[in-house]
Amino acid sequence: MPTVAPYDIEGHVATAAFLGETAFFAAASGEIHRLEGGAKVTAAHEGLLTCIRDPYSESLLSGGEDGRVLRIAATGDVTELANVPRKWISAVAAGPQGAVGYAVGKSSFVRLADGTVKEFAETRTVEAIAFAPKGLRLAAARYNGVSLHWAGMNAEPMDLEWKGAHTIVTFSPDGRFVVTAMQENALHGWKLDGAKTGAEARHMRMTGYPAKVKSLSWSPKGKWLASSGAPAAIVWPFSAKDGPMGKAPLELGTRADIMTTCVCFHNTDEILAIGFIDGMILGVRIADGKEVLLRRPGKGAITSMGWSGDGRLLAFASEAGDCGIIDIAG
Amino acid sequence: MTDAQTAKPIPVTVLTGYLGAGKTTLLNRILTENHGKKYAVIVNEFGEIGIDNDLIVESDEEIYEMNNGCVCCTVRGDLIRVVEGLMRRPGRFDGIIVETTGLADPVPVAQTFFMDDDVRTKSQLDAVVALVDAKHLPLRLKDSREAEDQIAFADVVVINKTDLVTKEEADVIEEIVRAINPSARVYRAERSGVPLDKVLNQGAFDLKRVLDNDPHFLDHDDPDHVCGPDCDHHHHDHGHDHDHHHHDHDHHHGHVSAIHDVTVRSVSLRGGELIADKFFPWIQNLTQTQGPNILRLKGIIAFKGDPDRYVVQGVHMIIEGDHQRPWKEDEKHESRLVFIGRELDPVQLEAAFKACEASA
Repeated sequence: MPTVAPYDIEGHVATAAFLGETAFFAAASGEIHRLEGGAKVTAAHEGLLTCIRDPYSESLLSGGEDGRVLRIAATGDVTELANVPRKWISAVAAGPQGAVGYAVGKSSFVRLADGTVKEFAETRTVEAIAFAPKGLRLAAARYNGVSLHWAGMNAEPMDLEWKGAHTIVTFSPDGRFVVTAMQENALHGWKLDGAKTGAEARHMRMTGYPAKVKSLSWSPKGKWLASSGAPAAIVWPFSAKDGPMGKAPLELGTRADIMTTCVCFHNTDEILAIGFIDGMILGVRIADGKEVLLRRPGKGAITSMGWSGDGRLLAFASEAGDCGIIDIAG
Repeated sequence: MTDAQTAKPIPVTVLTGYLGAGKTTLLNRILTENHGKKYAVIVNEFGEIGIDNDLIVESDEEIYEMNNGCVCCTVRGDLIRVVEGLMRRPGRFDGIIVETTGLADPVPVAQTFFMDDDVRTKSQLDAVVALVDAKHLPLRLKDSREAEDQIAFADVVVINKTDLVTKEEADVIEEIVRAINPSARVYRAERSGVPLDKVLNQGAFDLKRVLDNDPHFLDHDDPDHVCGPDCDHHHHDHGHDHDHHHHDHDHHHGHVSAIHDVTVRSVSLRGGELIADKFFPWIQNLTQTQGPNILRLKGIIAFKGDPDRYVVQGVHMIIEGDHQRPWKEDEKHESRLVFIGRELDPVQLEAAFKACEASA
């Protein structure tokens, strides 16, 4: 039986993540909590808007209402990477070779490890950014599509157009697909390999969600893309050449009228953690759809989850601050 | 558990008005006056707000058309982001004020609070307040449609800078404002000196409160009418007299249009008890087909056999309604509906409305 070690924080908690075997919780207040022996707290931001785990460097990257972009090391040490006075930084991305992306208004920026910063201007506000798994390539989601920029060279950006507002962007682990979540309860995808030869990127429409999709997670080898936004995790198959085109998604962890708010694939196995609006968390195995209750409903919607390096522990965060760590082996 | 889950939605006030109409002055008053409340302010640029306050957020106006084929389904993408961010730490403030640019269309701002689920659960549109420069309004109305839209869409209109015009000029301005929007509460002010309790916490979009505290919706011929501070200005001269009926609204509309280029009109309908099975299909079809032309609609409906008052409100194609409260014993069971918009056909609307009547 899985066991839950609760950890309560005041207010909304945006991110739960492990750096190695140490759990981190990033609160909207700007405090970073780390459970290492006891709880240790670092005051990082005056108001934190986003925090992600940098898989390349075992650190966290965060952006805040104070206009700062920070790197938070496993030791809790904070390094300021950018400071844009009086602007909110609500999108950051981790790239290879120490590169960090962040968005301010209608521009996205890439800061290289040596501290040089490149700016990529858009016509509309950048809502979300992501690095491609290979090559220093940044995707910037904006109104009416996504712009792809090569950060290392002076090349024209590639524009992936699709009408509407794109609010999240992600590359598939193999770099073949770019997928966005949209304001109107849908995902949109582009297949990139056709574009190499000059042909236009192929579109993929993934619709039918009753709510806005706020969380996306790729399975370890990129065969599946899980999403929130329905009373079940909606999991699209991406193993075929054309991705999910013409295929129905899996619906995992279905509950009547209780919306999923967060999904998080295990780091090595095809097991999906599904967080719900009422704070419940289910673990579901893709192969047979078998469900395990990982956490009973709590005080608020699940906002974020992250697995430990050895894949045994799952840290979770909630809107109401009732966070914790689940030991799936018990 | 924090208050975040149990707290009632945070009220949002939208402040519109042309450059120079006095928005910044009003904002500064809201931020500095001693009223015991704290406000987060979303501005397009910090500009002249001379106050250092970490609850002032600069935000690029970003209008998103929803990808559903409806041209009037627009929201402000930046507001979704900022309101969501602010609402993660709700204990910091009692309300949010959105200041729009002079040329802004207030509709996407308002629709954001209806069309985005997250924003809708955590915040509630309280009122749209338009500031009007008494001296320059006629010129503004000539050269732009936005000035008219801002007035047409407002719940509260503040005619500002009245010290720069004569009383007669101010009367004309008020006449114009009321012709564009007969259901707004109108105040006159110098240097944005309107009492803040006339601007904040109005509940203009709260179905439980809407219309109850909206004296002008009921118009002057209603026994419930409560005259505002400016109600005694010349109303008898131009058609808002106390025994005047809505059906004659066209006449005074035509009368004032001589001095400005109003394209917005309002249609006020009044009738007896309605049949729910006739009214709902009609209003739904109407807002679907004529939504782009309807800026606002508000109504109190008496349904036959229903002991409760039913209230409706709409913005373009968005319409919502709910039972408000039981009819009082001495209250006349009548239905009233006001449309503000463009290219509205009063004759057709009246006929369709009458066809919903129980006695029809």
